[in-house]
Amino acid sequence: MIHLAGPAILIALLAGTGVFGILARRNAVLVLIGAELLLAAAGVLFVLATTLPAGGLAALGDLPAARTGATGGSLDAGAAPSDPLVSGQVATIMLITVAAAEIGLALAVVLLLFRARSTTDLAEVRELGEGAPRTGTEAEPVEEIAR
Amino acid sequence: MTALDGAFAAFALVAAAAAVLAVTSRQVVHAALWLVLSLGALAGVYLVLSAEVVAMVQLLVYVGAVVVLVLFALMLTRAPIGVRPDLSASRPRRIVAAVAGIAVSVLVGGTLLAALGSRSLTPAAPGSARDVGQAIFTGWVLPFELLSVLLLGALVGAIAVSRGPKGGDPE
Repeated sequence: MIHLAGPAILIALLAGTGVFGILARRNAVLVLIGAELLLAAAGVLFVLATTLPAGGLAALGDLPAARTGATGGSLDAGAAPSDPLVSGQVATIMLITVAAAEIGLALAVVLLLFRARSTTDLAEVRELGEGAPRTGTEAEPVEEIAR
Repeated sequence: MTALDGAFAAFALVAAAAAVLAVTSRQVVHAALWLVLSLGALAGVYLVLSAEVVAMVQLLVYVGAVVVLVLFALMLTRAPIGVRPDLSASRPRRIVAAVAGIAVSVLVGGTLLAALGSRSLTPAAPGSARDVGQAIFTGWVLPFELLSVLLLGALVGAIAVSRGPKGGDPE
């Protein structure tokens, strides 16, 4: 028997930490760590969905918590037919694969950024921003055209 | 509070605490190592939820490969060693980030707790290698094959991007 509130809280914490990491970090690699945490939260949610009987919450339905608690756990979810395709777990495995592909590609981009600018500080890479304050040599032709 | 609940709580506590440290640590390499701990503890969480194969894949891919990749990237970008105050954004931006993170937490947690809250069940879902393998190679064959194309594309893309715009010349 396991209370479903635990996984729910864990998922919420991981998602919140991931969002904080993405928004608050300046180093590009550390931003990616935040993204990994966010993906991990999604993975836990998928696996949690698999532990539900086939049909998900609807099948769990209005089963009173007292009954599921009293029977010692062998009857309720164990007796309910489970999803033969194990959708949630397969989805998590695919999510992990996609995350691995994502971080491989993203780190290649970060590496390229470091070679071009010798920094991974995202606050210093602002060419596409509105103000575009420090564009270095590339700014001059633009200004000449503007004149 | 059963034994499963206890095991889950232990793994989940470690995972959440390490995740928080990973996004707040002031040392780059420490952040990456906290990520190892967090994702490793998540493998334990998967195990408690009776998803054995997912736990093993998590250990192999995340703890084994992804984190090594992150550490390599940190070294190749000459990440500073030691305490650095400039890893995180300025204080007002951090506050905004914290508010956004807490908002996401409350939103996700509130929704899930409202849906699942008081329920408890035995994680009896099939999670053995046999079940998952059978599912992947019957119902999920097409997505699985697409995934291999995706991985190939990511591999070629990563090599092409990191070789730089000129193509062949070594830096």
